[in-house]
Amino acid sequence: MGKMTAWERLQIVRHKGRPTIRDYLPLLASEFYELHGDRLFGDDGAVIGGLARIQGEPVTLIAQVKGRNIDENKESNFAMPHPEGYRKALRLAKQAEKFGRPVVCMIDTPGAFCGVAAEERGQGEAIARNLMEFMSLRTPVISIVLGEGGSGGALALGVCDELAMLENAVYSVISPRGCASILWKDASREEEAANLLRITAEDLLEFGIADRIIKEPAGGAHNNVHLMTEHISEYLIDAIERLRSVEIDTLLERRYQKFRKIGVFTEE
Amino acid sequence: MFKIVKNRVDSDLTTGGKGKVQIPSNLLFKCPRCGNVMLMEDFEGLLKVCSECSYHSRLTAKERIEMTVDADSFQELDAAIQTANPIDFPGYDKKLAGAKQTTGMNEAVLTGICTIRRRKCVLVVMDSHFMMASMGSAVGEKITRAFEYATEQRLPVVLFAASGGARMQEGMLSLAQMAKTSGAVGRHSDAGLLYITVLTDPTTGGVTASFASLGDIIIAEPKVLIGFAGRRVIEGTIRQRLPDDFQSAEFLLEHGFVDMIVPRNIMRRTISKLLKMHQKEADGSWVK
Repeated sequence: MGKMTAWERLQIVRHKGRPTIRDYLPLLASEFYELHGDRLFGDDGAVIGGLARIQGEPVTLIAQVKGRNIDENKESNFAMPHPEGYRKALRLAKQAEKFGRPVVCMIDTPGAFCGVAAEERGQGEAIARNLMEFMSLRTPVISIVLGEGGSGGALALGVCDELAMLENAVYSVISPRGCASILWKDASREEEAANLLRITAEDLLEFGIADRIIKEPAGGAHNNVHLMTEHISEYLIDAIERLRSVEIDTLLERRYQKFRKIGVFTEE
Repeated sequence: MFKIVKNRVDSDLTTGGKGKVQIPSNLLFKCPRCGNVMLMEDFEGLLKVCSECSYHSRLTAKERIEMTVDADSFQELDAAIQTANPIDFPGYDKKLAGAKQTTGMNEAVLTGICTIRRRKCVLVVMDSHFMMASMGSAVGEKITRAFEYATEQRLPVVLFAASGGARMQEGMLSLAQMAKTSGAVGRHSDAGLLYITVLTDPTTGGVTASFASLGDIIIAEPKVLIGFAGRRVIEGTIRQRLPDDFQSAEFLLEHGFVDMIVPRNIMRRTISKLLKMHQKEADGSWVK
């Protein structure tokens, strides 16, 4: 089989039947208690969080929620979080740290919401705070990009010990459409931009941004959500096991270094 | 109150632009906020602040350093770091070459050590004239190193932020710089050291969403633009025009995201006083 382009993978990710956290969660967790609110302003439907048991292991699960229909999307704002979504995530991560539970973040967002209320409540500050706090969170953090990782809004749940991506998932600094419209003043050249930006799991593995690729069923996750869940579950149990065996200060140093070494520049 | 102008959206277009009067840029300054026209001499005499609306216009890193630090005290760090073109982005090399030529800088940020009214600190100054001070690998690396150096040497950091956001020409490598720099800020903070950030025109996108928002003390210059999302993007989402003061320094102060707004003519003194407030003698007592 030939290598798929970023654009081809993007089509799979955008497939109407692409499973969301709402599809995976009942199959992945034997128990789930959703915990609501950031204790500061409100509860953001774009991010769900709570206590989950995965193959017997209690974890704190934080996930961006894509809707599968218009009603769900109304509730979850098309998976575009407001600041309170990121602050809820941080509250739950701190709680996980207190009880020594691993944190599992599921990334699936076009980006942080761009709106008046989001600016008024400090979207930039909320994301920045998460980047800094997750970096020194004294418990293992695993992030998985399920479908779409959109810029800073994705990164806010992406500071972790290990970043895994589903095989067809993409993770990008800017949407290909946005890139095309800035670069060529022509949003319709989206495909060209997608293939330029190096957004696939393979690309990001090469840059040291992603650490693992989780294989999808033939044709994409939508073809067999049960099998896809099994792969995610297997990966998670293995990762939790591995990360838990590392002494916490070593883990934090490794986490810092993982990001510290990303970047390409010259120095003469 | 504010005289921020209707076409704030277009404020990035400081020269040229449709329907604008062409002004010889070396003789006159036209305020992008209120349209006020000043003689360049008067404008420079006011430290490049509009006499009408007090908009604090963009400075080059060099101007900022001259205005802020004790004469000849700035020693640059990591001057040799330069950007590569890691994902072979079309046109990037050319764009970089152009920016280097017009600014005389290697990248959009200068880092170094200096004294400000005899108080020693690590200084980071971003320059929006270099590709709108967008953050790629080199910018992220220089800022990270500056924080790591400050942590090692137990020095405070003073950072003048300005940026259009992450530099899309480096793809995900740019985005990761947000995490990298924020991690370095975190270590500096955990070491009990002071970080003062000054938000200048414009501070937006991935820089707002990383180190710029993480200061112990966050200062903004009057009337500058500070935000996460672009104004046009938001206007497109809500399909209506936003108020003129939206995403201004004053808007952020009102919403609790800025500690103080400090005019340029007292910036140096304010920073030095804040540095002094955190300074201890060798015996552990506070500097009086």
